[in-house]
Amino acid sequence: MVKWTDEERSIINGIFSTLDYEDIGKKALCRCLIVYPWTQRYFGAFGNLYNAETIMCNPLIAAHGTKILHGLDRALKNMDDIKNTYAELSVLHSDTLHVDPDNFRLFSDCLTVVIAAKLGNSFTVDTQVAWQKFLAVVVSALGRQYH
Amino acid sequence: MSLSEKDKARIKGFFSLVADQAKDIGHQTLARTLVVYPQTKVYFAHWKDLSPNSPNVKKHGYTVVKGVIDSVDLIDNLNDGLLNLSELHAFRLRIDPANFKILNSNLQIVLAMMYPAEFTPQVHVSVDKYLALLCMGLCEKYR
Repeated sequence: MVKWTDEERSIINGIFSTLDYEDIGKKALCRCLIVYPWTQRYFGAFGNLYNAETIMCNPLIAAHGTKILHGLDRALKNMDDIKNTYAELSVLHSDTLHVDPDNFRLFSDCLTVVIAAKLGNSFTVDTQVAWQKFLAVVVSALGRQYH
Repeated sequence: MSLSEKDKARIKGFFSLVADQAKDIGHQTLARTLVVYPQTKVYFAHWKDLSPNSPNVKKHGYTVVKGVIDSVDLIDNLNDGLLNLSELHAFRLRIDPANFKILNSNLQIVLAMMYPAEFTPQVHVSVDKYLALLCMGLCEKYR
């Protein structure tokens, strides 16, 4: 089981409390689709992804980004058992959505960049350590039910 | 994943913008690499002080990021241009190439922090491609 210090909990809760899920979710997902265009393979039904500009104006992508952030919120609210909280989500991503788990890492990297851009200097080294630990646990839990 | 003319223009533009902050960028990048990915400290066992604000971290961070920025001038032929640096990393330093990716990731986080408006998704993808090609150039002499 993952152990969290009080400081780590405080840092991660602190980050989430500053986030507008709609804004950050949209920015992170758009960035992922632009920086790693092969991730677009999962969004064939999402309309126009022709170039960076159309991706950033696409309302279906924006809505999906928000959905992902709300999914992360579930991990935040269940930090002591992310593994089980995400068991069903993991099965969904594996068996229904057929998402290569490497994509979780790619999205995490883009989310981290978006958050770093938002927080600037307050994204300190200690903040980054805690944040990346949280994302690593999330990514691991999401990949756990793959078979 | 080679660089288009648009990529090259974005890379030249962005790095000429950030070049005067190379010291800070380098310091932050290396400091974060050593703290967030502690396995990278193995390459610096000969330093007494590996803390984020140590003079060694500041100096070496600058050396590395200056290399990244200066290599923009070699962008039309990175592999040839990086031959000497590749030999250094392959035969003398022998850094596991996985660590180049770790450094790149932290560099991009620092660039996002310091240049939130300029490090757009479009600039990000061009920079990511450039850094990946830099790694390949550095790895050229590894085997």
